[in-house]
Amino acid sequence: MSDIAIGGVGRRNYLNDSHSIRSWLLTTDHKRIAILYAISITIFFLIGGAAISLVRLELLTPNGMFLSDDSYNKLFTIHGVIMVWFFLIPSIPNTLGNFLLPLMIGASDVAFPRLNLLSWYLNITGGLFTVAALVGGGVDAGWTFYTPFSTEFSHGAIALAAIGVFISGFSSIATGVNFIATIHMLRMPGVTWFRLPLFVWSLYATSMMFVLATPVLAVTLLLLVIERLFHLPLFDPDYGGDPLLFQHLFWFYSHPAVYIMVLPSMGVITEVITCFARRRVFGYAFMVYALVSIAGIGFFVWGHHMFVSGQSPLASLIFSFLSFVVAVPSAIKVFNWTATLYRGQISFEAPMIYALGFVGLFTVGGLTGLFLASIPVDIHVHDTYFVVAHFHYIMVGGAVSAFFAGLHFWWPKITGRLYSESWARFAAILMFFGFNFTFFPQFVMGYAGMPRRYHVYPPEFQVYHVMSTIGATVLAAAYLLPPVYLGWSLWRGRRAGDNPWGASGLEWQTNSPPPPKNFVRRPEAPDQPYDYHPAGQAPRADERSPRRAANAAADR
Amino acid sequence: MSDQTPALREPWDALAKQREAATFGIWVFLASELLFFGAIFLVYAYLRALHSTAFEQASSHTSVFYGTLNTAVLLTSSMTMVLAARAADIKVKAAVVVCLSLTAACGLIFLVVKGFEYKQDIDDGLLPGDHFALAAAAAKMFFSFYWGITVVHAVHLSIGIVAVLRLALDVYRDRLPLRSPQYEVTALYWHLVDIIWIILYPLLYLGGRSS
Repeated sequence: MSDIAIGGVGRRNYLNDSHSIRSWLLTTDHKRIAILYAISITIFFLIGGAAISLVRLELLTPNGMFLSDDSYNKLFTIHGVIMVWFFLIPSIPNTLGNFLLPLMIGASDVAFPRLNLLSWYLNITGGLFTVAALVGGGVDAGWTFYTPFSTEFSHGAIALAAIGVFISGFSSIATGVNFIATIHMLRMPGVTWFRLPLFVWSLYATSMMFVLATPVLAVTLLLLVIERLFHLPLFDPDYGGDPLLFQHLFWFYSHPAVYIMVLPSMGVITEVITCFARRRVFGYAFMVYALVSIAGIGFFVWGHHMFVSGQSPLASLIFSFLSFVVAVPSAIKVFNWTATLYRGQISFEAPMIYALGFVGLFTVGGLTGLFLASIPVDIHVHDTYFVVAHFHYIMVGGAVSAFFAGLHFWWPKITGRLYSESWARFAAILMFFGFNFTFFPQFVMGYAGMPRRYHVYPPEFQVYHVMSTIGATVLAAAYLLPPVYLGWSLWRGRRAGDNPWGASGLEWQTNSPPPPKNFVRRPEAPDQPYDYHPAGQAPRADERSPRRAANAAADR
Repeated sequence: MSDQTPALREPWDALAKQREAATFGIWVFLASELLFFGAIFLVYAYLRALHSTAFEQASSHTSVFYGTLNTAVLLTSSMTMVLAARAADIKVKAAVVVCLSLTAACGLIFLVVKGFEYKQDIDDGLLPGDHFALAAAAAKMFFSFYWGITVVHAVHLSIGIVAVLRLALDVYRDRLPLRSPQYEVTALYWHLVDIIWIILYPLLYLGGRSS
């Protein structure tokens, strides 16, 4: 990468400040670490995506085409493990979050820059262990590693994969500690708690979950590795152990992990929707309380993964109730996004299309979550494609859409370049259709009884599987487009200017790309976030179309 | 600015604030560690509730002598650690070096004693496997827990020893000013590892010995 290709002419920025590989690999600049993370999660996304592409191809026919049962198990496992721990969990917090958090609060870096770099190395070390497990025999236990199969019966490289996830957990904890300390200690004067952009609040809530949930996963996997490698019984029923204990510990982390994936998405969506509706966010305080209460209640719903495990009916009842409760703050967020649009001056740039897609898909994912939270329905659809469709609506329709929304929204800030708007809109729309085409049929076949993780299936489900596979092909094409036109923009894109969208937020007050210490002049803290129009009135028609501002900025 | 010393790092503009952040950061990390060990204690509590007799019998086979000795050693190390942090506060360099070295020494003594204890445990057939000495099935689980948790604790302690030794060396060579937040941060971590042991001691050694 050279400064001729990327960055402002003659202006010193974080990209052209130094050029050696060493200056990247040993950087403590949060913006460069964000880029390192972006590169590594892209690679992991490709690995996880390749695995599931093979699975979807295989499912075209009821009796399989080219995979053995064993390789089928290994492929969906590696898809889950890689996508959850090495793509989704670090995706928004460690790329966009890392890049933007200090900028949004007017700081020159995160609180512990070297710890930040360490967290990246931990993440890729964990990733390398997991990829080694993939190469050295594969893992066939599913991403949930349930005992006693994972400890006693599986022949896969389970310990290696578990150690990989264990190591990456410390990367999450390091990020969580860093972000919490940054938000507490490094807000510039004037940026009070209730003037923080909601993206910062969402990172705060996410960091809480990083810090308090991840260690439990670490212990759980550690105990699993101890039992598997050293034959020290801990969950083994032969010695009076209890495999259900493993499930409780696992879900105590893994349910909050869902919120780790989706809370930062909610933050991104709020930034994008306010900007492209030219509107103050509706109910700022409630948006904050909703984020924090989702994070809080999210710790107490894990038992809804275990309704059919034989846990006590009372426990199931309580977990079911709490799972309904967590829908309340989630619904508040959806209603407030919608209310933010009301009387806004809406324009449909690519980030906004992704964001509106997010709201719809997240709502479908959330509502089907309520189906699953009610015990009788869950017993019917447990371990079917209904569940698969539900959590993909949250994690892919939700979190991945939000990642792309944020990537397109802040791309001009990160690189200083504008991408092709029409290609970006096309990709956003294609992604929305490809996604629904892939996963909606899975609701139907799941409800009709198609179990998840099965390699061969009764022929009556074939039509849904074929639809799903075709949809996945469209989806894959939609994922491959952004690297092309975004990559093209690095060399050929027009210069973005400092604030192409006319967005509020401190990050837009500095250069694009930002200088190494983020701000040349100290930015001005606004009286409140999302200050798009005077209080008490709707934005005027001539205040719409940030794209026009973008063109004006580019022409200057 | 009078605060401009080598202890000051990016992105901070004042040492007091950097100190506060470092202390705050380590407390957040300790909260994380509490959940880490908390989950292990939960496993212990659950298994012990299921198999209370077997667990009591099994824990009466651990070496209470080595366990008690190590508890005393670790408590002493916590005292020297506090003294080191205090000496840094009042800027007495020699005392900082001595106290840190004593702390690391206590940590090493703990590991050595633990090594002897492991040797004795293996000789007594307390390592779950083909030659396990106790009859009850759940006794095997108690000792799985015993080996797992003491090794995890020893790893934490070893990290602490390395950190303390590095700190001592840096002070000795005048590479770290006495106002650096690192003393307090290291001390807090050390005390956590100590407190975990204080909880492990009754769980592992005192069960089944009350009557």
